Amino acid sequence: MNGLNGVAVHLDDLRRTFGAVPALDGLDLHIEPGELVALLGPSGCGKTTALRVLAGLEDADSGRVLVDGKDITGLPANRRDMGMVFQAYSLFPHLTALQNVQFGLKLRRRAGGDRAAAMLDLVGISSHAGRYPHQLSGGQQQRVALARALAIEPQVLLLDEPLSALDAKVRVQLRDEIRRIQTEVGTTTLFVTHDQEEALAVADRVGVMRDGRLEQLAAPAEVYLRPASAFVADFVGLSNRLPGHVDGDTVTVLGARLPLVRPGATGPRVTALVRPESVGVVPDPDGAGRVLSTAFLGPTSRVTVEVGDSVVVAQVSGELLGRLPVGSPVRLDLRPVPVTLEE
Amino acid sequence: MAGLRARRARRQSAFRWAVLAVMGVFFLLPLAAMLEFTTRGGGGTWSLLADWPRLSETYPDLAEGIVASLGQALLTALLMLALLVPTAIWVRLRLPGLRPLVEFICLLPLTIPAIVLVVGLAPVYAWVTYFLGGSSLTLTFAYTILVLPYAYRSIDAGLSAIDVRTLAEAARGLGAGWFTVMARVVLPNIRSAVLSAAFLTVALVLGEFTIASLLNRTNLQVAINLLGKSSATMSVAVSLAALILAFLLLLLLTLFGDRRKASR
Repeated sequence: MNGLNGVAVHLDDLRRTFGAVPALDGLDLHIEPGELVALLGPSGCGKTTALRVLAGLEDADSGRVLVDGKDITGLPANRRDMGMVFQAYSLFPHLTALQNVQFGLKLRRRAGGDRAAAMLDLVGISSHAGRYPHQLSGGQQQRVALARALAIEPQVLLLDEPLSALDAKVRVQLRDEIRRIQTEVGTTTLFVTHDQEEALAVADRVGVMRDGRLEQLAAPAEVYLRPASAFVADFVGLSNRLPGHVDGDTVTVLGARLPLVRPGATGPRVTALVRPESVGVVPDPDGAGRVLSTAFLGPTSRVTVEVGDSVVVAQVSGELLGRLPVGSPVRLDLRPVPVTLEE
Repeated sequence: MAGLRARRARRQSAFRWAVLAVMGVFFLLPLAAMLEFTTRGGGGTWSLLADWPRLSETYPDLAEGIVASLGQALLTALLMLALLVPTAIWVRLRLPGLRPLVEFICLLPLTIPAIVLVVGLAPVYAWVTYFLGGSSLTLTFAYTILVLPYAYRSIDAGLSAIDVRTLAEAARGLGAGWFTVMARVVLPNIRSAVLSAAFLTVALVLGEFTIASLLNRTNLQVAINLLGKSSATMSVAVSLAALILAFLLLLLLTLFGDRRKASR
């Protein structure tokens, strides 16, 4: 994290309803200077509304927006000093890439030639400076949009699903570059996405949203390994729902004793959420399980196994797949990784 | 099989040419007749039409009509753009719920015959005359209403072709006020739509007769109608010239439309 250029951002008890539907329901979010926070959640959870309220493009019904300690709740978008990259391609079609980047600088009455060129260089697209948006690919357009947003040296950088419209390979590439550039520039950044892998890969902290509120705000590893709720466990990564029996701080699932992320379950009979990568599959003629299906995914593979009444999805290494034909008997080996219980 | 296909292609081609020939005769024959009529006895009519000082001396009413129509076309185009462009953009950006209503209002003049429009406009124009005098240029107000359906359609189509909302939000985020958003972001991207609206306006105004005649104002068409009673040759020549001008305007419009598509 680089706090040199960053400012703190504080969203305080934000509420916003569209008709009868609450998009933000008392959202509290604090972003440290220079930090990149990713807001993650399903469609309609309010993540984009939160970003738009911070940008000034949407008004909150109540609550406050503080940037660098100043209350900017009533300030219009054009006076907020925020750079934004949108999901839809938002470059001005009548301007070249360079002119697009200069746009914000000219509004600030700054001769933007050098700065704009430097920004295009930063996002690795200086050779396309003279091209119009329709002459650029989707990934290139989003790079220029990022350069344009950063050129004005904004207090806060807002990224509203900037990679959603791109194909998988470009998405990963640009995602890593966004992280590199953000770290280099040190601008406080809010990144909204519905892609959990994207959020986990780029963010200092990930905020998982549900129904207009933050369900959990923590470091990516914490969100993944110690989810605050069954919703988070389910939304971030895949989970098997397996019946279990709680005994003190542990739960017994398919004969294996697993520690609990949050001990203190109410009833003895529970449903435990077990990650596929915590399930080992061992070929065993006397095993209680039977392989239902397999899927080769490249570096890893996925095996679906039926054990009694349960169906368990396991993630195994690619080479093991050859020894697990469909219908073969197997034994499941659950690793003692802490699990979450369904409420 | 190949022979059958070739025969069918030949038949289709012959049919296409036949349709084209019939349509060509239908449209071009009257124009050719007009041209022939106006060039009888030497090209005196056309050379007079090209000589403005002599024309305004010989046919002062016609000259007045031409000047009035050009003034009306220019003012109507300006007033229409000044009213419609900001309204259409603002409705798109800030009041999308009002769009059906605005569209309905703008299309309304299309459903009202000009003659009915005049009945409604006559008392209004009594006041217009009272405040602004009886100049033919005051027809600009009536014509602005008359061209709304065409101009609105054109501008609305231009706005539909771009993501106005995202572009405006991007510009706002970069520090642009609403005026800058309109003037420097939206307007340059709907330039061809705005030009189309302006061309259509000019073409419509140059061809308008009913309202001008019934409200006792003059314009090109009223002058041509009057001239027809005294000099048939000149009135037909002016009609043909006006027709060719309108045709050229529409051709320009098509060219601009094509350029917009090509740049996409």
